[in-house]
Amino acid sequence: MEKNLEQLEKHELIVNMGPQHPSTHGVLRLVVTLDGERVLNCRPVVGYLHRALEKIAENRTYHQFIPLTDRVDYCASMNANWAWVGAVEKLADIQVPPRAEYLRVIVGELNRIASHLVWWATFLLDLGAVTPFNYAFRDREMILDLFEMVCGARLLYSYMRVGGVSRDLPDEFIPAARNFIKHFRKMLPEYHALVSGNVIFQERVVNKGFLPEQLALDYGVTGPNLRASGVDWDLRRDEPYSAYPQFEFKVPVSEKGDCMARYDVRMIEMEESLKIVEQALNKLPGGKIIADIPLKLEVPKGETYFRSEAPRGEMGVYLVSEGGQKPYRAKIRTGSFSNLSVFPVMVKGLLLQDLVAISGSMDFILPEIDR
Amino acid sequence: MNYETCLNKFYGWMGNWLNVNFGWSFKVPPMVTHIISMLLIMIGMLAFLAVTVIILIWLERKISARIQNRVGPMMAGFKFMGRLSMWAGGWAQVPLDALKLLLKEDIVNNKADRVGFFLAPFICMMSAFMAYMVIPFSRGLVAQDLNIGVLYLVAVSSYMVIAILLAGWSSGNKYSLIGGLRSASQIISYEVPMLFGIITPVMLAGSMSLVDIVEAQKQGWFIIPQIVAFLVFFIAATAEINRTPFDLPEAESELVAGFATEYSGMRFAMFFLAEFSNMFIISAVAATLFLGGWLLPAGVQAQVPTALQLGGLTIPHFDILLGAVVFFFKTYILVALLMWFRWTYPRVRVDQLMGLGWKVLLPVGFINMLLTGFWFLKR
Repeated sequence: MEKNLEQLEKHELIVNMGPQHPSTHGVLRLVVTLDGERVLNCRPVVGYLHRALEKIAENRTYHQFIPLTDRVDYCASMNANWAWVGAVEKLADIQVPPRAEYLRVIVGELNRIASHLVWWATFLLDLGAVTPFNYAFRDREMILDLFEMVCGARLLYSYMRVGGVSRDLPDEFIPAARNFIKHFRKMLPEYHALVSGNVIFQERVVNKGFLPEQLALDYGVTGPNLRASGVDWDLRRDEPYSAYPQFEFKVPVSEKGDCMARYDVRMIEMEESLKIVEQALNKLPGGKIIADIPLKLEVPKGETYFRSEAPRGEMGVYLVSEGGQKPYRAKIRTGSFSNLSVFPVMVKGLLLQDLVAISGSMDFILPEIDR
Repeated sequence: MNYETCLNKFYGWMGNWLNVNFGWSFKVPPMVTHIISMLLIMIGMLAFLAVTVIILIWLERKISARIQNRVGPMMAGFKFMGRLSMWAGGWAQVPLDALKLLLKEDIVNNKADRVGFFLAPFICMMSAFMAYMVIPFSRGLVAQDLNIGVLYLVAVSSYMVIAILLAGWSSGNKYSLIGGLRSASQIISYEVPMLFGIITPVMLAGSMSLVDIVEAQKQGWFIIPQIVAFLVFFIAATAEINRTPFDLPEAESELVAGFATEYSGMRFAMFFLAEFSNMFIISAVAATLFLGGWLLPAGVQAQVPTALQLGGLTIPHFDILLGAVVFFFKTYILVALLMWFRWTYPRVRVDQLMGLGWKVLLPVGFINMLLTGFWFLKR
């Protein structure tokens, strides 16, 4: 008997989480090596959602590619639209009318709130709390209704155009938006009351899943994740584009770098986005909503890089034009890809349940990673 | 009066009737009476379990819906008007779901160890079913009043861990294996604090029989001197039956469905049935040990007559009927509490779970037991 015990073979358990798995948002596949409950190694496998968007961009005119940018990040399509049209405008040197810039800010910030609500809901689902999901989606529904008023779509908007936006606001939009702001101001404390102070929740996120500042910078982590690691960097303020210089808002920063810091930063960001939307609604200028540009837009020869602050980090578009109606090369840089690459480093040596909590707190979205 | 005397009366009446009408005369030997009465009780208990689980699942769906701003199932069943359908509609959803599960294909994956895979749901069911035997629903309304009732309860509920471990191991699936092992460590760890919670009512009553424990609470429920023991027991029991926030073995965010991942159809339904049945048992035991079982608060209980006179109508055994109502009321309050936990709290981490069990509940329960012992010595 003792001899047999000595001969027992010990090996690590390799668990294949995904691409079909309840806790990997979308089709993320994680090959996790486990020693009991402890994670020895984690290898993300991406590419299940690769649609060759960058190659398609080379065969489309600048206008035609806008609907495809929706598919880069389906939770924040407005912000993805924005990165693309911003790059084209920068390259073609198009002046966007002020009203269009304001409309972009309004829908962009509303979409940031909607995207953070999806994150909040799914993060708590990952932690095992099912109910918050319903509250978050109830409030997100109001934002989707607003977007439906603006552009007729609820998920993939294609609202922005090179030089402006496709439609002006309908009459009922502004009262509805104000109503949402009022409603959501009331709801946010409720969210905190339900979740933030909960002892079990705190146990799961406080001091769990540290992302040190230097590691974050090394891996090119951006967005709320970077700000939660103590780097005060927000493109809306530090490299202002569109109408952002005209608004007052705070950029939440946390020094700690744990899951709770990422949670706090996003929760405060939602409040700040509300403030921006409110200011934009108050100061909304009149005038045109799109610049006079030809339908067959010819972009001069050259190259440019435009980056914007999307909900999940910097979304940048690098464009090379050889003249003509189509880009020679387009490269889309997204936040989630860098955030995912630092993920295996963060989870090494932690427990399996921490891995799930961290992946929830980092807010990955898969189409953004694969493009 | 219990079932057996009832049954004996029935046999006597039957024998008499046969004798008078047909001239047949025979006497039923007591062994046969006993076996038949036990069989009848078993069938009755099975029916009771099935109905209870159906009610519990429906209740869970409705309560979770209320908590989550939904209305829950409201179409299956009779058509009610207006708001009533939000509350009472959809009662047929659960029986229909059960029917669907019965009709589903029984899938066994290739890697599964067939014997263990087939046995696990039955062991699980059995453990859930056996506990009903000693629970007193009202005065005299108990299938078998064992003098070691509490010990028996703890013993049969421990079978659960064998079933879950077997299910996890024999499924041939890594998620199931992790779920099964998590469950084994969890249930074994929490059994100890649960016992410390159970032991104090036993000490106060001086008996292990659940009926005696309830009778001992006539002067006052045990929850008042033993609130600590109640909390220790209830928390440990929540972990013991794998409910949120301690539902690690079936944590869907990391382990898909834990030990039940590979099960489908009726075998899955049996795990599900056992889970809900356990929820009822835990609540019933908590109500019996700490909340006075079928007893009303001391002052009121003394006023309850054994037979109620309503005008010209006499309701016999009124105290037994009222006792059953009181017992179910207490039990369902605790069940609702468990459901409330589930739909509000996130899940704890596996090491925190162990920490809570060994570092908090165990010492607290132990000290509480010691203090109770000293109190007895001093008295």
